[in-house]
Amino acid sequence: MIAVDIEKGLKAYNGQQVLRIKKEFITGSITRITGPSGTGKTTFIKMLAGLITPDSGSINANNTIWFNASQNINLPPQQRHIGFVFQDYALFPNMTVKQHLEYATNDADWINRLLSIGGLDTFADHKPNHLSGGQQQRLAILRALAIKPKLLLMDEPFSSLDVKMKSALIKTLKLLFAQIGATVLIVSHNPQELDGITTDELEIG
Amino acid sequence: MDFSPIWLTLKLAAITTLVLLLIGLPLAWWLSRKRSLVSIIIEALITMPLVLPPSVLGFYLLLAFNPQQGLGHWLQQNFDVQFVFSFKGLVLASVIYSMPFMISPVKSAFEQLPASLAQASYTLGKTQWQTLRYVLLPNIKPSLLTAAVLTFAHTLGEFGVVLMIGGNIPGVTRVASIAVYDSVEQRDYAAANHYSFILFAITFAMVLGVFIYNKYPAKSPLA
Repeated sequence: MIAVDIEKGLKAYNGQQVLRIKKEFITGSITRITGPSGTGKTTFIKMLAGLITPDSGSINANNTIWFNASQNINLPPQQRHIGFVFQDYALFPNMTVKQHLEYATNDADWINRLLSIGGLDTFADHKPNHLSGGQQQRLAILRALAIKPKLLLMDEPFSSLDVKMKSALIKTLKLLFAQIGATVLIVSHNPQELDGITTDELEIG
Repeated sequence: MDFSPIWLTLKLAAITTLVLLLIGLPLAWWLSRKRSLVSIIIEALITMPLVLPPSVLGFYLLLAFNPQQGLGHWLQQNFDVQFVFSFKGLVLASVIYSMPFMISPVKSAFEQLPASLAQASYTLGKTQWQTLRYVLLPNIKPSLLTAAVLTFAHTLGEFGVVLMIGGNIPGVTRVASIAVYDSVEQRDYAAANHYSFILFAITFAMVLGVFIYNKYPAKSPLA
């Protein structure tokens, strides 16, 4: 279980606002994070990943303290073992599809399986600039899954996929999440796209 | 014609470029990430050779490394190292003098990379060093090439600073630019012309090469 109780000051167009999140995420749950733009959804999942530091509070994951402001503990992202799908994909322009996955893991069987799940087998030697938007987004998801994370954070991960591909991928991913035992948080603007997959919801703002 | 000034110049430019690649890349990366008073002061100091007369820089280096006093005396006593009127001194002066040509383009390139690239690498468990080596540096290759060529070409053209700290010792500190000046002083215009033409040809070819390379952005992995 991941227990979060944090605060972070955010700069907003109408001055300063404070993002307060207090919630527990049960192991294996899939949570949809919703809320208007600019309320701190991305900031929240980046704080979980250790990419942004909260102003105060604590984050505990399965009896490990990831962050505790009063005890001055702040585990770096490398030690949190988190999968992260960035909204801008953050793909490495110098690496091919396969090299992205090889950079994350040495498990060749797992890499082949991920390529198959994402429908990118035939594009394994392509670099990101030779992939479509949807293919790039799938690669970003596969790369995050490559490390078999216990916590997977996804920021608008299906926004560039067509309806058919999205539906098929979501079904496969749901099975995969259960298999690796991942707790998943998905930021999504589209309330319908995650119907039937999410088990919990967090509204921010 | 004595070719030793040309070889000495090429050797100096190659060593300077290599040294600046080794110390300039981590420094540029650090400067691209930190915005503190210390980093701003360091960046201003690195940029000074762009605006300072080379003779002023050479004069201060001459004072600092004078073997009769201060740092220069200490280095000679403890390590038997003398920078004044030696090739080592030319390398040191060139590294300082050409530093902005290496740091500035590389720092700008690092700053233009999306922050999420490094963040994605960190979430995959990679250290800052692995991220720099496998993600950041390969994605700024065109800027690295530009910086290395500019550093090399700029070092070929040094005059004031190398004359101040190195003097004009044939085979040791007499680089091509000084050989041109010396030849003119001795009214040997043919030799001055030869040295000048070779310097012009080398630097023009290098700068032209960079321009042609950058004209084809498809070669860049960021294209």
